[in-house]
Amino acid sequence: MSKSHLELTGVEMAFDTPKGSFIALDNVNLKINKGEFVSLIGHSGCGKSTVLNIVAGLLQATKGGCVLNGHEVNSPGPERAVVFQNHALMPWLTVHENVELAVQQVFRKTMSKQERRDWITHNLELVNMAHAANKRPGEISGGMAQRVGIARALAMKPSVLLMDEPFGALDALTRAHLQDSLMEIQQELNNTVIMITHDVDEAVLLSDRIIMMTNGPAATVGEDLHIDLPRPRNRVTLADDPTYVHYRQEVLKFLYEKQRKLETIKPTRASTVEPEQEEAQAARA
Amino acid sequence: MTTLTTSAPENSPTSGVKALIARLSVPNPASVGKQILLPMIGILVFLGFWHLAAPQVNTSLGAFPGPVQVWEQGGQLWQEHVNQRERADKFVTMQEVRNQRLLEKDPSAEVKIRPYPGAPTFLDQVGTSLVTVLAGFVLATVIAVPLGIVFGLNRYFQAAVNPLIQVFKPVSPLAWLPLVTMVVSATYVSDDPMFEKSFLTSMITVTLCSLWPTLINTSVGVAAVNPDLLNVSRVLRLSFWTHVRKVVLPSSVPMIFTGLRVSLGIAWMVLIAAEMLAQSPGLGKFVWDEFQNGSSQSLSRIMVAVLAIGLIGFMLDRIMLLIQKKVAWNE
Ligand SMILES: Nc1ncnc2c1ncn2[C@@H]1O[C@H](COP(=O)(O)OP(=O)(O)OP(=O)(O)O)[C@@H](O)[C@H]1O
Ligand SMILES: [Mg+2]
Repeated sequence: MSKSHLELTGVEMAFDTPKGSFIALDNVNLKINKGEFVSLIGHSGCGKSTVLNIVAGLLQATKGGCVLNGHEVNSPGPERAVVFQNHALMPWLTVHENVELAVQQVFRKTMSKQERRDWITHNLELVNMAHAANKRPGEISGGMAQRVGIARALAMKPSVLLMDEPFGALDALTRAHLQDSLMEIQQELNNTVIMITHDVDEAVLLSDRIIMMTNGPAATVGEDLHIDLPRPRNRVTLADDPTYVHYRQEVLKFLYEKQRKLETIKPTRASTVEPEQEEAQAARA
Repeated sequence: MTTLTTSAPENSPTSGVKALIARLSVPNPASVGKQILLPMIGILVFLGFWHLAAPQVNTSLGAFPGPVQVWEQGGQLWQEHVNQRERADKFVTMQEVRNQRLLEKDPSAEVKIRPYPGAPTFLDQVGTSLVTVLAGFVLATVIAVPLGIVFGLNRYFQAAVNPLIQVFKPVSPLAWLPLVTMVVSATYVSDDPMFEKSFLTSMITVTLCSLWPTLINTSVGVAAVNPDLLNVSRVLRLSFWTHVRKVVLPSSVPMIFTGLRVSLGIAWMVLIAAEMLAQSPGLGKFVWDEFQNGSSQSLSRIMVAVLAIGLIGFMLDRIMLLIQKKVAWNE
């Protein structure tokens, strides 16, 4: 059997806080195959972003590690492109220039100037943003900016595409539209994708697998649900498909029944746990 | 407004007039009032108050000058400048004619043209001050922006240097001046100096005092780059220089310019004080000389200088604002 494409083994993440060490993740194990679309779902603050940042190389696991294609990940790189929650476009660059910054950096040596320009345009067309190539991020809507963020990530030809709640800040219609385009693009390019989401429907609709995380501290992988639904998927017809409904139920059950217990413990400890977590999050922001 | 006028019946004469008015007065009346009318009223009220109050204030050199006397002195100073220029031109042409004759007699004769020895006029002093302030400000910028970037990028460095900045920032130019003067006299010794010593002293004092806002704002701006953008830079593996050029610098340009504008304002104020104290050529010296002069017109002439200082400071700020609008992405 061949080794898996991306593998997390025994990952522990401890953060130094003023009140001592805070163990966010404990013994996270995960194997992801090439071309798989994986969603990470779990309650807020459980450590989803931390997992993603470790894969991205933006954070270093305190124990265990992440191996991509047989190489250990210990720094960020364009082969693991990240789509950030709030697009993270440079506000002083136009849409085209934002993608150019990435393309320039990754393909400076392998593509001619003209090839690079065509490649930028191609990726903007992929997300239907070529018409706004010369606008600044401040002049386009949040959904449009998010699409440019996706185009920038795709333009790096990453072997893994990492997305941290890419559609979290968008209205339902824009979100549905972007989900459909993302499905099409992934179908076409067959990228490996890890996406964080809070939205159960989004997870079931898009994913091949849903990784459900237990509540923190010391969060880990709770359940690993394979979604066997044929592609292309259509949100309207799936809505009353019994298998789809079943998967949806599974995720909801995990989030609101199995992981609920921990949540009821929280309020009693709220005064000690919450401020610390909030502080930590503020420090990170 | 346009939809209203187009939907009105075509044949109605009033609608035509309305449309015409709408087209003629493009900026709406309220903003015209705010931007032109109100400042005009403010200035007029000030002039009126000044005109009435000035004669009440008696000094040893006579009553405090009102706007009319100051206006006259302004014209007078201009006239003196024009006359001086004419004399200087004549002086130079005279020498040229003489040299011409010398050369005709003896082609190998050594000829020289001496500059006109007359005292600098008010406008010459304005020119000197402008050149000095710009030189000092440019030097401050060249030092403060790169240093600010280094401090902003490196938290440890910043922590190490911060106390020094906080201590030196509030130092008055008057305290620096004697030190700068002594150091310049001691170190800048050359037979054929490119700059006057007085120019260097004023310029360095200006630099020392106007450095801080730019330095502080730059380092704050650099330290405050959106962490998401820093992560983008890391994911792209941008080299240090590309990172600074493409991410850090553009991101902090708005803050840098805020600092530059404060610095330029300080530079201008400091320069006038330094020139007064050190008797270096410039507007400050003009004010001081007039004060020492103590003629009946001195106060009016000083008042002209005061207004000129204010107007020039205002203009400098406006120019910086224009440059900022050209350069900064958030304007
Ligand atoms: N730099 C840090 N220092 C200290 N604690 C941190 C840091 N980053 C994250 N944490 C803590 O680790 C835990 C997991 O954080 P993480 O951001 O991964 O959660 P998340 O699942 O992405 O939450 P959300 O869904 O709200 O984005 C949280 O309790 C958080 O407070
Ligand atoms: Mg998160």
